[in-house]
Amino acid sequence: MPNTSRHSDPSGVNDGPAAGAAAGTSHHGAVAVDPPLAAAAATDVVGLGRARAFAFVAPALLLIGVFLLFPALWTLYIGATDYERTGPKHVSPSFVGVGNYTDVLADPSFYNSLWLSLLFVGFSAVIGQNGLGFALAWSLRNVAGWVRRTVETLVLFAWILPGSVVAFLWIAMLDRDGGTVNALLGTPGLAWFVDYPMASLIIFNIWRGTAFSLMLYGAALSSVPPSQLETARLAGASGLQTLRDVVFPHIRGHALTNTLLITLWTFNDFTPFLLTAGGPGDDSEIVSVYVYNTAIRDGRLGYSGAISLLILVANVVLALLYLRMLRKRSVS
Amino acid sequence: MRRPSSLPTWGPVRRAGRVLALAGLTAAAAAGCLGGGAEEASTDPNRNADAKEYTLTVTSNAIAGGKNAEGADFLANYVIPKFVEQQKEQGVTAHINFEPNGVDDAEYKSKIGLDLEAGKGADIIDIDGIWVGEFAASNFIKPLEEVAGADAANGWDGWTQIQTSVQQNASYGGKRYGIPSGTDGRVIYFNKDVFAAAGLPAEWQPSSWAEIITAAEAIAEKTDATPIQLNAGTAMGEATTMQGVLPLLAGTGKEIFADGKWQGDSPAVRQVLDLYHQVYSGDLGDATLQQEAKGRDKSFEGFSKGRIGMLLESDYFWRDVIKPGSAVAPMPDRDEKVGWAKIPAMTPGAGIGGQDFVSMSGGAAQVLNPNTEYPQQAWELMRFMASADTVKELVKDTPRITQRDDVNAEVLAADPMLSFIATEVVPLTRFRPGELSYLQVSTALQEATYAIVDGASVEEAAAAYQKTLESIVGAEHIATQ
Repeated sequence: MPNTSRHSDPSGVNDGPAAGAAAGTSHHGAVAVDPPLAAAAATDVVGLGRARAFAFVAPALLLIGVFLLFPALWTLYIGATDYERTGPKHVSPSFVGVGNYTDVLADPSFYNSLWLSLLFVGFSAVIGQNGLGFALAWSLRNVAGWVRRTVETLVLFAWILPGSVVAFLWIAMLDRDGGTVNALLGTPGLAWFVDYPMASLIIFNIWRGTAFSLMLYGAALSSVPPSQLETARLAGASGLQTLRDVVFPHIRGHALTNTLLITLWTFNDFTPFLLTAGGPGDDSEIVSVYVYNTAIRDGRLGYSGAISLLILVANVVLALLYLRMLRKRSVS
Repeated sequence: MRRPSSLPTWGPVRRAGRVLALAGLTAAAAAGCLGGGAEEASTDPNRNADAKEYTLTVTSNAIAGGKNAEGADFLANYVIPKFVEQQKEQGVTAHINFEPNGVDDAEYKSKIGLDLEAGKGADIIDIDGIWVGEFAASNFIKPLEEVAGADAANGWDGWTQIQTSVQQNASYGGKRYGIPSGTDGRVIYFNKDVFAAAGLPAEWQPSSWAEIITAAEAIAEKTDATPIQLNAGTAMGEATTMQGVLPLLAGTGKEIFADGKWQGDSPAVRQVLDLYHQVYSGDLGDATLQQEAKGRDKSFEGFSKGRIGMLLESDYFWRDVIKPGSAVAPMPDRDEKVGWAKIPAMTPGAGIGGQDFVSMSGGAAQVLNPNTEYPQQAWELMRFMASADTVKELVKDTPRITQRDDVNAEVLAADPMLSFIATEVVPLTRFRPGELSYLQVSTALQEATYAIVDGASVEEAAAAYQKTLESIVGAEHIATQ
């Protein structure tokens, strides 16, 4: 390997990073033969040289390629065929090009599922988990250690229990006959998952996922300098003013990161399938369930491949949006 | 955070990304195209035929203490030990495993479909007869002649005991894919307690749909029970089609598929949907139950506890679901409390073939996994399971209509319900079409009944059904008369 490298430099391998870094800038700058390389060398602070640096990241890239890139390309390929799980189109599928994509984009069920996912993410993650997580973290800040730990443990439990167990609990709790909630509220015979499927799922997911926001905000709040809070208090700032002008500027990055993560998780969450399977009808068929139902229940693998890719794009757009907001923050 | 000046370091990574993308594309191309069905394993029917020690796995949607517990127990307590012993006498060590499942039929089908596609799965697989065509057309399963060899497959003496109509349950395109496991028939069950409270007779046989509605109205008026459970909606899956739409459609004189055409938005389909509307627009049926994820199981429980008056089901309900000691919805006093009646045509004589009463039938089948390592041994085990002795033992305590005429003649007389099915219902019955599109059409019918339950009018539901049907089979294959 080192001999084939244009930046062959044994010292870079044997010496510690510090030595390599010290030699790196001037040495490599001199070897560079074209301008882009020179620019790259200028930043090669460790002095590994490109080939060896590549050798170091190669395993990671290989993993990404095999487990991320290849499946994505494979989905792209399947999405361009009319492949089905069974039948003649399973044995000899044909290439339909962008046909699936135009069909999906004209399919009301796709927009239905997108809309339901939007509701699900918006209310359960962005508003629900974020809000409740922050509220809990904020109000737990100054309470006794054991109260804080107890609340945190309870909230954490909802997060760490396996999805199937949690689903079973909620099905039993919201059961139409003999469910706990009906008994407590005195509403016998109310089938929550049939009559209010989305509302039930949203409340479920707030309960399920608040722990992450709670912990993240708990950590973030401890980075707010107490002196500033004290100053705000002395200046007579109200609670809301303190939050807005003192606390929020400090935790803005955390809030964005948190929102990005829980948005992506919630968008792709499949647990609702265990609770309602998308029903009744398609009243709670969020995108992840929609893809499953199309692919596995209806057997339309090609069509669902096209949907999957569109969802992938939606995920990337979401992530880029948040990253952009984060970058703005770091620039300002 | 990186300063903008550090960005050029991404250059090599980008390039590497491109290289990987290219590699990915090449791999995708090299992996070739989709399709071709399951991977081609060895196709010699006699591979490993002389093995002195082998392992076979049997799978079924049955699990001890749960769904079809009886079948699971029978396999574990009788079939496996007996067969292993029999093999031992011939100097062969057999290991037989049972892979239990206890899930909805649709999920079970997904699972074994994926197994077979991947060239994996149990050696002997229980499937619903209606899946045979679909699996065969997908190359998931192969004709017995190919898997076990023509001589072995056709030489079994059991075939002479299985009627041709029943063999159809395990055949496709004129070829046998497995051994059928008997057949069934559909009736209306009624809870005699609920009927007594509503002032209805303990011996009841309606002769038209109107009489069913009259009885349901009496139950609604005089008791707290839900008068009738007529399976509807997509959550019930095939149970909606088989225990709801199709028997009713037969009662209007039409079959879902006849002369190359499917029933679309026709008067017959509207009559069926209208009955659904009568049941679910008022207080004769429980519309919410039809939409619940586990609605069917709940309806079983409701019936067994006297909360539902009438329920359309197959004899499976009698001999498995509400059997005393069943794991699903046991009724210790089943024999005294449960009555049954044939499903009437809309009006006398209006049924299919001019019949006064109608039914639909299906049946399970056992197939060989084409990827089995021991085709001869698997086929031997399958024959063992379908032998007169085994089948007789299986139905000893709970009779049912088996695939074998010799066994039926002996066992059915013992159970009044099942001899009723065998003598009164099976002669009236119809089977589902062995068409590939059937499963999609079935889903479309379920969606139409869901629309009614969800509050749509008959016209709206029928029109939407017609539209869906057109996208499945094409307008030229639809009858609207």
